[in-house]
Amino acid sequence: MSKTLVEKIWDAHVVKSEPGFPDILYIDTHLIHEVTSPQAFDGLRKRGLPVFRPQQTVATADHNVPTIDQLLPIKEELSRYQVDMLTKNCAEFGIELYGLGHPFQGIVHVIGPELGITLPGKTMVCGDSHTSTHGAFGAIAFGIGTSQVEQVFATQCLLQQKPKTMKIEVNGTLGKGVSAKDIILYIISKISAAGGTGYFIEYAGSAIEALSMEARMTICNMSIEMGARGGLIAPDQTTFDYVKGREFAPAGAEWDKALSYWKTLYSDADAKFDSVLTFKAEDIAPMITYGTNPGMGMGIQENIPSTTSQPDKEQLSYQKALDYMGFEDDSSLIGKPVDYVFIGSCTNSRIEDLREVAEFVKGKQKAENVTVWIVPGSKQVEQQAKNEGLDRIFEQAGFQLREPGCSACLGMNEDKIPAGKYCVSTSNRNFEGRQGPDARTLLVSPLTAAAAAVTGRITDVREMLTEA
Amino acid sequence: MKKFERLISAIVPLNIENIDTDQIIPARFLKATTREGFGENLFRDWRYNGDNTPKPDFVLNDPTYNGQILVAGKNFGCGSSREHAAWAIQDAGFDVVISSFFADIFKGNALNNGLLPIQVSDDFLSAIYTAVSKNHKAQLDVDLENQTVTIKDTGEKADFEINAYKKSCLINGYDDIDFILNQKHLIEEFEQAK
Repeated sequence: MSKTLVEKIWDAHVVKSEPGFPDILYIDTHLIHEVTSPQAFDGLRKRGLPVFRPQQTVATADHNVPTIDQLLPIKEELSRYQVDMLTKNCAEFGIELYGLGHPFQGIVHVIGPELGITLPGKTMVCGDSHTSTHGAFGAIAFGIGTSQVEQVFATQCLLQQKPKTMKIEVNGTLGKGVSAKDIILYIISKISAAGGTGYFIEYAGSAIEALSMEARMTICNMSIEMGARGGLIAPDQTTFDYVKGREFAPAGAEWDKALSYWKTLYSDADAKFDSVLTFKAEDIAPMITYGTNPGMGMGIQENIPSTTSQPDKEQLSYQKALDYMGFEDDSSLIGKPVDYVFIGSCTNSRIEDLREVAEFVKGKQKAENVTVWIVPGSKQVEQQAKNEGLDRIFEQAGFQLREPGCSACLGMNEDKIPAGKYCVSTSNRNFEGRQGPDARTLLVSPLTAAAAAVTGRITDVREMLTEA
Repeated sequence: MKKFERLISAIVPLNIENIDTDQIIPARFLKATTREGFGENLFRDWRYNGDNTPKPDFVLNDPTYNGQILVAGKNFGCGSSREHAAWAIQDAGFDVVISSFFADIFKGNALNNGLLPIQVSDDFLSAIYTAVSKNHKAQLDVDLENQTVTIKDTGEKADFEINAYKKSCLINGYDDIDFILNQKHLIEEFEQAK
């Protein structure tokens, strides 16, 4: 019988399926960090259980970590305590930890792929909603809550209903200055922040196939921002080339065996999806969000939709969002001054993002009114940026290249945007207070962020590319 | 896990769409390493001013409303997978959340902690708000066994869906880990066969 890619991977991991019950799904890899694990470890202690398969669990510290002077003790007491708890728990339960100071430390969704831990055909979970990132390799990867973290610790399995499947095709060629981030912000703006709820989304089409692995990760990363359980892309030569030779990737005979399996991982031509959507790459402009959920986005040259154009029941919430952002109905964002530019987060902190920004800003200067933070996703990305001389380009432009971590994506560590300030951000969420109490976030691609850094205003990056 | 069968209570109405988990419990309050105490910071930035004085116009600060049922707009619980959101709602004294649409992970997290998420139609949600606007103490009768929710003042009743397995977990007060641990031999067999 023909199957979708999700069904193929799912079915290969079902330990038990019984009518009236969720499936018992086997989890190949469990990624953990300091925020959503302590209560789960505590639960194990209360039940008197060990971690069932500690060698299939990988830990890192990312949410609470400072991004300057990272090797000094963390100043904030509770953050330090949470990171220390992770260290203690990993030691007690026999889990490999890439903590602060380790050359593999970084954002959990950046290090998995770069270390070759993330592989096609795997099931992967983490107590973090952006686990969907790993789907870029053709894996079933999704975020879970702490009770489920405990469940995977205890059993290496999860009780899960088989999700519905959606195919989103993007065909054609992207315009100049338009990137993966714009594709995903465009899709979310079209289907809303709840449009993917209950689905696993497979991205396909010529525009997706043409993307690099880094760009594919950006797309899958934000699947959760439309409510989807996860997103994935069928593995192909781009995937295999990226994985080959990485630290924990299979090698030798194991590689050949793995590769022949990975080549079977695609949706059969006549496989049935519960929903199919199609978009044209040519319709996508550089995107920007104007509101307080990622679905409130538009092409950068468009005007903010009016409150009266929204469904009656949603007008109150819509107006509340615009008030929070300090924006007016029907207005343009072009030329609006910005205070902060943040390039980082599990969405856009990979080496390719940093290279793209560096290439654009080479020989340019940041505007006086902005503070620019570049936060690499991992120690390895940081090292690579230095090896390639990107650090000097950033320094000359007046950008701060900081140390790896989640940084200003979520207001949990020291990197917060002050109240009322505007931050043009490559992160994934523009929720109220996400980057700090009363901070105002505008989500964009790294290139659009770089343009805002240089001009100090919201700018259509395409105009700057034409000049060059 | 706490058992849940039936609840008759007044409600706290929060008629806002797309309430994300960063509003329910902002990230800066996720640093605790136990499950308790998050209720204090539930809806922190909506509930308090920067100087920690309560905002009088926010519903959780209004003594008129003090039920165990939170009623909110569409797409409740979107965003982060943080289970702290469910813990915070429970810790603040709620046993049920009603909305016309829930984000997936939130719904799962709630059920895993004995907090019952009930999805009703937009119309029924409006009927609840109307009843409460007429009588601030209007009560709902949540009957998990029969999967119904009734507005006591008007008698309007809606059925709700819940997975049969999850329903039995709530009623009996047991969780997924208990369920899977009973079948550990199957997991080992699966690993052998891989």
